[in-house]
Amino acid sequence: MKLTLKIWRQSGPNDKGQIVTYPIDNIEGDMSFLDMMDVLNEELIVKGEDPVAFDHDCREGICGMCSLFINGEAHGPDRAITTCQLHMRKFSDGETIYIEPWRAKAFPVIKDLVVDRGALDRVMASGGFVSVNTSGNTVDANAIPISKIDADKAFEAATCIGCGACVASCVNASAMLFVSAKVSQLALLPQGKVEATERVLNMVRTMDEEGFGNCTNTGACAVECPKEISLDNIARMNREYFKAMLTSE
Amino acid sequence: MSILDSKIPSGELNQKWSSYKDHIRLVNPANKRNIDIIVVGTGLAGGSASAALAELGYNVKAFCFQDSPRRAHSIAAQGGINAAKNYQGDGDSVFRLFYDTVKGGDYRAREANVYRLAEVSASIIDQCVAQGVPFAREYGGLLDNRSFGGSQVSRTFYAKGQTGQQLLLGAYSAMSRQIGKGKIQMYNRHEMLDLVIVDGKARGIIARNLVTGSLERFSAHAVVIASGGYGNVFYLSTNAMGSNVTAAWKVHKKGAFFANPCYTQIHPTCIPVSGDHQSKLTLMSESLRNDGRIWVPKNLEDSKAIREGRMKPTDISEEERDYYLERRYPAFGNLVPRDVASRAAKERCDAGFGVNATGEAVYLDFASAIERYGREKVRMNHDGEASMETIMDLGTEVVKAKYGNLFQMYYKIVDQDPYKTPMMIYPAVHYTMGGVWVDYNLMTTITGCYATGEANFSDHGANRLGASALMQGLADGYFVLPYTIADYLADDIRTGKISTDLPEFVQTEADVKAGIDRLMNIKGTKTVDHFHKRLGKIMWDKVGMARNAEGLNWAITEIQKLREEFYSNVRIPGTVDSFNPELDKANRVCDFLELGELMAKDALNRTESCGGHFREESQTEEGEAKRNDKDFAYVAAWEYTGKPSEAILHKEDLVFDKVKLVERNYK
Ligand SMILES: Cc1cc2nc3c(=O)[nH]c(=O)nc-3n(C[C@H](O)[C@H](O)[C@H](O)COP(=O)(O)OP(=O)(O)OC[C@H]3O[C@@H](n4cnc5c(N)ncnc54)[C@H](O)[C@@H]3O)c2cc1C
Ligand code: SF4
Ligand code: FES
Repeated sequence: MKLTLKIWRQSGPNDKGQIVTYPIDNIEGDMSFLDMMDVLNEELIVKGEDPVAFDHDCREGICGMCSLFINGEAHGPDRAITTCQLHMRKFSDGETIYIEPWRAKAFPVIKDLVVDRGALDRVMASGGFVSVNTSGNTVDANAIPISKIDADKAFEAATCIGCGACVASCVNASAMLFVSAKVSQLALLPQGKVEATERVLNMVRTMDEEGFGNCTNTGACAVECPKEISLDNIARMNREYFKAMLTSE
Repeated sequence: MSILDSKIPSGELNQKWSSYKDHIRLVNPANKRNIDIIVVGTGLAGGSASAALAELGYNVKAFCFQDSPRRAHSIAAQGGINAAKNYQGDGDSVFRLFYDTVKGGDYRAREANVYRLAEVSASIIDQCVAQGVPFAREYGGLLDNRSFGGSQVSRTFYAKGQTGQQLLLGAYSAMSRQIGKGKIQMYNRHEMLDLVIVDGKARGIIARNLVTGSLERFSAHAVVIASGGYGNVFYLSTNAMGSNVTAAWKVHKKGAFFANPCYTQIHPTCIPVSGDHQSKLTLMSESLRNDGRIWVPKNLEDSKAIREGRMKPTDISEEERDYYLERRYPAFGNLVPRDVASRAAKERCDAGFGVNATGEAVYLDFASAIERYGREKVRMNHDGEASMETIMDLGTEVVKAKYGNLFQMYYKIVDQDPYKTPMMIYPAVHYTMGGVWVDYNLMTTITGCYATGEANFSDHGANRLGASALMQGLADGYFVLPYTIADYLADDIRTGKISTDLPEFVQTEADVKAGIDRLMNIKGTKTVDHFHKRLGKIMWDKVGMARNAEGLNWAITEIQKLREEFYSNVRIPGTVDSFNPELDKANRVCDFLELGELMAKDALNRTESCGGHFREESQTEEGEAKRNDKDFAYVAAWEYTGKPSEAILHKEDLVFDKVKLVERNYK
């Protein structure tokens, strides 16, 4: 395949940045999208040019590191996958592909396609946990039975990989899907219920402070989410939030 | 005489850990506040250690090269975590888990460490559930278990195919809580490039800030290396792209012995390589072997026809198929341990029976499982006579419920439907049992420098059992290190803050800078990946699944030549003081280029076959691995002397009190 890549280049946070065009040839359908980026970078290095910076690590859809906005969609045209799981067979010979970084006020660009998603970690540090110390003396794991339905729902929410595609896809750059996944997971489990009130209030407050936008229920986040995190989680978080507002003074 | 002291406590095996804990020195809470600990790595080993140590009151500085601690490679583990809970009442016990692990490791692990691992395993599950880890449950609300890796009991806890993710997110949330409290200082996108030793003790590290490129000094009273395994020395592996040996290798060069580097685990069920451009390999969980049957055609002609696209696997009749694992190992069949299954696949492909274009793939076929499950369904539904089509449809549903996400992953990568046509699989590098040598306290041969998780060598001998790495990482971090490190730090309560202006910090930073400048100034013509791929090929061909003296000697010379070429012709674009992923890679590859040589040397020294290490010179008439307990029941711990090929061997003899050494037999 012969392709034309239009890639966002930005040397650092203070650079204005621009789209640069790169023709590329000999791309096979079996290559992953990131294999293709590797090929491009090898060529650039040999030519003495600056390779394109992009984030990646596991390359199997689980670490949440890869984060490309491809042809106007977070993680590209396919559904329920991350950028690293996208294969070139989804494109056709002669196509032009636009590649940009996640864009959101809370995700400043570091270089080219690499952004700083530290805001998501800070939201987690404000409440995304159960306050239990490591002692070796917690109750036996089977002491509290949990209904399979709740356990499965909690698991589904917990599969969020923290990639930030939901933020990048949202017109308001809201992090509601990400935050609601953690709030839901812990609200569904007896171990997490104890702190449910403070958790949701703290996480939502931090989310606002970090500059994520409001949720206006467009649902774009769930469409692009590689782990198909459901909008039900946002509804559950809203319920938790209103409950918490009523009970906390 | 060896200078290695494993510091195994005296007493009965099952009393060692508890009596040791009873007598260990402690640090009181007020003093813990004055003590700093550096933890390099935020995977299961480093994340759990950071959280537990911060909860106890120490000041923790944690490091990872990714943009968040949650992305450590542990996130990718699929299958599960073992624990001797015996919830299923099927006869499991601490002793049985201990015994299976020592046997599975082909009798090359330390009994006392393994016993302790089995002992604390149950607490891991309690701790994780308390943190909100959503393990799979049964309808009654209790935890579900599965049998894994051919074990005879069901002791594996799991969360679908994402167990590592759920466990790591548990550790990450425990870390997040301490980060919020300020007890953990988290340094993301920081790479440790050297260890600082002051007065013979590990007192800090030099790390490169990967965003700005600046070198930064960090001090502490102890340093924990939890940087994961070194499988990427093979270039292609199931490890994440960034997984590396640098932190472990740097402490090795500073005096920590490196143990059993040649013990690598090649996992039998991975998606085969499709072409030269490929950057990494993907694992298909071991659990698939519970239902899949492995085969290649009986006739060379058929294999050839398949490779050339003239025939499809479904064209080959039952009689014309060679289910070689069932043929060679009737007792265990498709469930033989990983090392045995991997070698058998290689043997068939080397003999010309491989089935994809590259000739390096075998089939993992679910057709009989689908049919069997379909017939069961028909009986359960009392449907009477059913068409083959109905049977296969019903069976497909069952298989989908069990392995849906894996089949989906396979389909996305290979673009073939594994419900309709057999999967193609081939062995790939997956895990490294070798690592930094540690004593019972998990301390390396450098005072105050610890190593945990996959980065150390301690618990898996020559072959790791499925679902035991996650267990070890969390055991080390949550339940072992917090005790053993206190015993050491009890001496440091009056030391006070360690200044990073000490000459040792200045000197180490200058050394690191000189190393980086040297790389940047080469300005050659070949990329870092070019060298990494060539190293990987040497390793895979000669230090991979089967090794012999000639090949290993050749590999040592070739790696030396390649290293020279690297230092004269590598091209690293960009600048030192900026975000520069190519420089990050170069810093890692230069260490792989030294490690590879030591692996070959270790493999050359060990003229026996054991676990993941197969020496062609040491096999039975039927081609099975032949151990040599008389001469090799020891840990090979290597001391760095300036050149990997001139490393000095120290032997730690392995003493087995409780386990009788027998031949592993899966026939
Ligand atoms: C695909 C796959 C599936 C697996 N499935 C299973 C399974 O089902 N069950 C099981 O028990 N085991 C499994 N394993 C093995 C298991 O996942 C690993 O052995 C284990 O997770 C390693 O944990 P760790 O904490 O030691 O290292 P890692 O999780 O690799 O973490 C390493 C950490 O060190 C950091 N780091 C590395 N170098 C540096 C440096 N120089 N400076 C700063 N930071 C650094 C990294 O950023 C990272 O945070 C699997 C492995 C793979 C590859
Ligand atoms: S909710 Fe989905 S899109 Fe958002 S961070 Fe989680 S996995 Fe990514
Ligand atoms: S690189 Fe890990 S999810 Fe894509």
